[in-house]
Amino acid sequence: MLAEAVGLPEILVVLAYLMVVFYLGWLGYMHTRTATDYMIAGRKIHPFVMALSYGATFISTSAIVGFGGAAGLFGMSLLWLTFCNIFVGIFIAFVFLAPRARMLGHHLDAHTFPEMLGRRYQSKFLQVFAGLVIFLFIPLYAAAVMIGGCLFVATQFGIQYETSLLVLSIIIAAYVVMGGLKGVMYSDALQGSIMFIGMLALLIFTYMKVGGITAGHERLGELAALVPAKLQAIGHRGFTAMPPFGWGDIKYNMWWLVIPTITLGVGIGVLAQPQLVVRFMTVKSTRELNRAVLVGGVFILIMTGVAFTVGALSNLFFAEHGPRMTGRVIKTLDEEKGQAVIQIMKMDDSGKWADVEDKKAPVLLDGEVVGSVTVDGEAVEVVQGGSISIVYAGGDSGKIIPEYITTAMPKWFGLLFLLTLLSAAMSTLSSQFHTVGTSIGRDVFEQITGQKGKGIAVTRMGIIVGIVIAVLWSYFWRESTVIPRATAIFFGLCASAFLPSFVGALYCKWMTRAAAIWSTVIGFAVTSFWLLLVKSAEAGDIGLVQKLTGGKTSILAGKPNWDWVDPIVVALPISIIVAIVVSMFTKRPSDEHLAKCFKGSK
Amino acid sequence: MLGIEDKWVAAAYILCIASTVLCVVYGLATWNRGQEKDEQVAEDIRWAEEEKKVEKEL
Repeated sequence: MLAEAVGLPEILVVLAYLMVVFYLGWLGYMHTRTATDYMIAGRKIHPFVMALSYGATFISTSAIVGFGGAAGLFGMSLLWLTFCNIFVGIFIAFVFLAPRARMLGHHLDAHTFPEMLGRRYQSKFLQVFAGLVIFLFIPLYAAAVMIGGCLFVATQFGIQYETSLLVLSIIIAAYVVMGGLKGVMYSDALQGSIMFIGMLALLIFTYMKVGGITAGHERLGELAALVPAKLQAIGHRGFTAMPPFGWGDIKYNMWWLVIPTITLGVGIGVLAQPQLVVRFMTVKSTRELNRAVLVGGVFILIMTGVAFTVGALSNLFFAEHGPRMTGRVIKTLDEEKGQAVIQIMKMDDSGKWADVEDKKAPVLLDGEVVGSVTVDGEAVEVVQGGSISIVYAGGDSGKIIPEYITTAMPKWFGLLFLLTLLSAAMSTLSSQFHTVGTSIGRDVFEQITGQKGKGIAVTRMGIIVGIVIAVLWSYFWRESTVIPRATAIFFGLCASAFLPSFVGALYCKWMTRAAAIWSTVIGFAVTSFWLLLVKSAEAGDIGLVQKLTGGKTSILAGKPNWDWVDPIVVALPISIIVAIVVSMFTKRPSDEHLAKCFKGSK
Repeated sequence: MLGIEDKWVAAAYILCIASTVLCVVYGLATWNRGQEKDEQVAEDIRWAEEEKKVEKEL
């Protein structure tokens, strides 16, 4: 059945790819191929291999399909996130945080992010609490990654979402069993290389299709009138325009979505990602970190920069070259540019044009009249044109990139892109499940029971539970807009709960144990409160707020913008203030402990 | 600029490229900087041996 739907050549190429990845994973399993092995053996690793394996871990299908789709819906203003990804996620992270995180981790013999916090602040509670938060919430981010992969496979090959989820789950389970969680450098680097080539090709193809960089951007900007009224009402002013900034009116909602939620939530949240911090520690020397800045910067530009630019430009492609939509004009949007809302019509068996009920679309008319029809006694032309991406994606932003690849790109490219996404999914998922396992085994179980080294069974159980939860989440919560939302929730939560403690651990000798604990707990509590009761998109889905307020999706419903504000805007400043204030009134760590932590640094 | 009328979006586009250039220049300038001293290497190896045990558990 799968072979019929997908085609044998595609299946063979994917199988060949998987065999290579699994073979490299097996080599790593049998021999010494992980970053740790290189460190033990004191061997050099090529900086490109190192940086590509980082990149493959950081960038997932969530970024490409989920956020690329969000750019297809909201436009190029999402490039602010790419800027943050490069400047904050690579430059700030690698230059300012990574060398110190690596040093601290090694001085304290810490092997997980919670362990580093726990040992730096001499608090078992902090380690267990952070471990639990990570264990509970990473599956949410893993689900976002899985949904992104499944949506592409389902759209590209016209198979059921459930089938693609089943296939992806089997691949991931096999990858985990084969030792994929160990972060084998060469399989990660292979995945990174495929991602790089796939995304670069996508960028070049897309600019060629839309007539070049400047011309493409200009014509994309001219499609502003096609933005659906519902989006215009929240501040969408076109695909190359920023939404207006302000407070107290729903027309500012989109700004509050694009900048604090997407740009800050994900852009800053990346600094306190547990799986990323562990990667810093497994680097052989700070020289590798310096080198990784070069490759990492270019890699992220080609990943998210391309995904967001192509996502936005897909609107122009669909409007000019997408499958034609036919119908009668019911509202002229811009006469000069030939933009109008049409009532979609289809020709029936008798050759007559008839309305397709409740189907309207904003289109760029291509000037051709394909027929005529009589409406209310008047002869009306049946015209045709192309619409914007979200219309072709059936209102589902996560389907924009898959639809675009399927429609605009040659079949062979779909296959390359499939490998790109599989690579992006597998490398990120393996680091996520690695973190899930160590969180519950090493950080929670071993700390609570005091049985050091006895957490193996719990670690493995934790990984299985994590995978099962992620798969279930992907099955029940498949709505594609979930991808950027779930990612932003996890990143925002990490920033609000852990960032002050993490930066304090690296740079602030004055930060106390009590300050770190309170900052983490309050950051987590405020974020949870906001997601459960205030931010209507998430609170409405969870449902508790409806029970408390008699049906409203936010306790601040009716007060414009409040219910669109991301938790990070409120929780992170509170968490920072708590860290500073509590430090002022509580006992500093001992000089001996600080000397151990900061040995060899200022 | 570059066909993007809104200066804030054009700025984001340019800043993405500028920050990549910054990363490239920084990477090249520090390409050989940051080798660890011998005593640090010993600690790093001890850390890596413990990390190997963590990996085995997976």
